[in-house]
Amino acid sequence: MAQGDTTIDRTALFEFLTRMGDNSLILGHRVSEWCGLSPVLEEDIALANVALDLIGQTQLWLGLAGEVEGKGRTADNLAYLRDAGAFRNLLLVERPNGDFGQTLVRQFLFDAWHFEMLTALKKSTDARVAEIAAKAVKEVAYHLERSSDLIIRLGDGTDESRARMQAALDDQWSYTGEMFLADDADRAVAAAGIAPAPDTLRAAWEKVVKSVLSEATLTIPDGSYAHKGGKRGVHTEHLGFILAQMQFLQRAYPGTTW
Amino acid sequence: MYAQMVKTDADRVKTLDEMAPQERAFQERIDRNEKIEPKEWMPEAYRTTLIRQIGQHAHSEIVGQLPEGNWITRAPTLERKAILLAKVQDEAGHGLYLYCAAETLGVSRDELLEKLHSGKMKYSSIFNYPTLTWADMGAVGWLVDGAAIMNQVPLQRTSYGPYSRAMVRICKEESFHQRQGYDIMMKMCAGTADQKAMAQDALNRFWYPSLMMFGPSDADSVHSAQSLAWKIKVDTNDELRQKFVDQTVPQAKYLGLTIPDAELKWNEEKGGYDFSQPDWDEFFDVIAGNGPCNKERLGARVKAWDDGAWYRDGLTAHAQKAATRRTTAKIAAE
Ligand SMILES: [Fe+2]
Ligand SMILES: [Fe+2]
Ligand SMILES: [Fe+2]
Repeated sequence: MAQGDTTIDRTALFEFLTRMGDNSLILGHRVSEWCGLSPVLEEDIALANVALDLIGQTQLWLGLAGEVEGKGRTADNLAYLRDAGAFRNLLLVERPNGDFGQTLVRQFLFDAWHFEMLTALKKSTDARVAEIAAKAVKEVAYHLERSSDLIIRLGDGTDESRARMQAALDDQWSYTGEMFLADDADRAVAAAGIAPAPDTLRAAWEKVVKSVLSEATLTIPDGSYAHKGGKRGVHTEHLGFILAQMQFLQRAYPGTTW
Repeated sequence: MYAQMVKTDADRVKTLDEMAPQERAFQERIDRNEKIEPKEWMPEAYRTTLIRQIGQHAHSEIVGQLPEGNWITRAPTLERKAILLAKVQDEAGHGLYLYCAAETLGVSRDELLEKLHSGKMKYSSIFNYPTLTWADMGAVGWLVDGAAIMNQVPLQRTSYGPYSRAMVRICKEESFHQRQGYDIMMKMCAGTADQKAMAQDALNRFWYPSLMMFGPSDADSVHSAQSLAWKIKVDTNDELRQKFVDQTVPQAKYLGLTIPDAELKWNEEKGGYDFSQPDWDEFFDVIAGNGPCNKERLGARVKAWDDGAWYRDGLTAHAQKAATRRTTAKIAAE
């Protein structure tokens, strides 16, 4: 098997790896904002678990990104010392938590994509990518199982819970299209067999999403408009605030060891 | 201590001879270090006292998520973020074990939460203090979890079976909590001048509130005497506080930090440190709701509960629908 960074230009691979790492970093951050504040104690525990998995995955993806880049940057350097324009996460994951329904719908739409992506990455021609994916996909299979189950129960719950879940879905739907859009970096890693072409994940994602939403008695929104920009560093206003908080100590006390 | 000042309804501790046969048999089992299990007979006062104590402890675990949760999104490295998340997740788990232990005494988690939210039940005073810098994550793990361990290790031997077993599970995790806190302090004390100043400041702010965790002196308290007789309390507040000081002073020295107490000195005769008492007026103010963060902490819990009502109702409604569907399908199949 070919080592990715010898057959493909490092910039595209770095780009791809930061996209993976930034998705888990920013979503992990958002989920961790719920600490101690969720609707039941079991959710506090479950959410902390999801956040922990995502932060662990971030360390792996960004660690590898730094290695591939070859400029001596660590996962922490990448997480704490880049400004918003250098972040490559999907806009979906930086969306504010909103009510618990908004958080769950965001999680579910992402989990369904994340699971398909990681499943495909297990077959990556880059052994390091395949290895991270094999570990992460086990965790994400559980995230998806959990978010699907809650979407179904709350969609098919009370009138209020259904209304909240539907509102959350209507709100976030236009942030899902970005998952399947390709640019040059995507085409380069796909051509090298490192990662799937983004649009090849759509059918499987739609199948899962449709089946869960229909069991949840929720209606898929009509609009096909896709907000985009996260993958090339053009974010919503929310990311700046996330980073202001997350990076505070590293910025206020440069070069300090914690 | 997470359960400070638990009332027992006793005006004095009865002697064995004064007890009715059933109560006497119960007390003798406790004296023999036997465990009392949920289905067994127990004096009503034992049950209600335990509910108060375990409930207060459980509430402390879940409110205790908040001061540390305050820094999860600002943790300085990915590793520190992960460790802190895991630690706070443990605290939620502790809350869960303890509510389950309380349930075996015939009180539901929802009832206990209702009492917390309405202010009828308390949680430990310590969680009403703010966490102002990253060093506070160190100080909380080191001192607050340290004080909790001091209290909880002996409670592993408490007379009520489910409580004792919950304590065994909890203590296993608490030592990791204290270590991660001390580790943060070590990093900061070995770091820059700014970091060391932050560490000293955190110790200054958390020292006396930590001493308050054990509650006021209870040498003359009837409630404590009764709880000691029932073995739902194992040491007096002063004994635990002394042990805590004796353990912590050398740890502070190792860090190169100064305990904010000019009176602190080794007393050869008693084989422990002499130290200043915390300001007990402040303690009673905090207990009465006037600590720096009482409103925020309880307010955050109440808001989380109220905002989550639709979620809990939704899950209940779904479970009912699913049960009805199963019954209908079963009838149709027959
Ligand atoms: Fe705990
Ligand atoms: Fe604790
Ligand atoms: Fe703890």
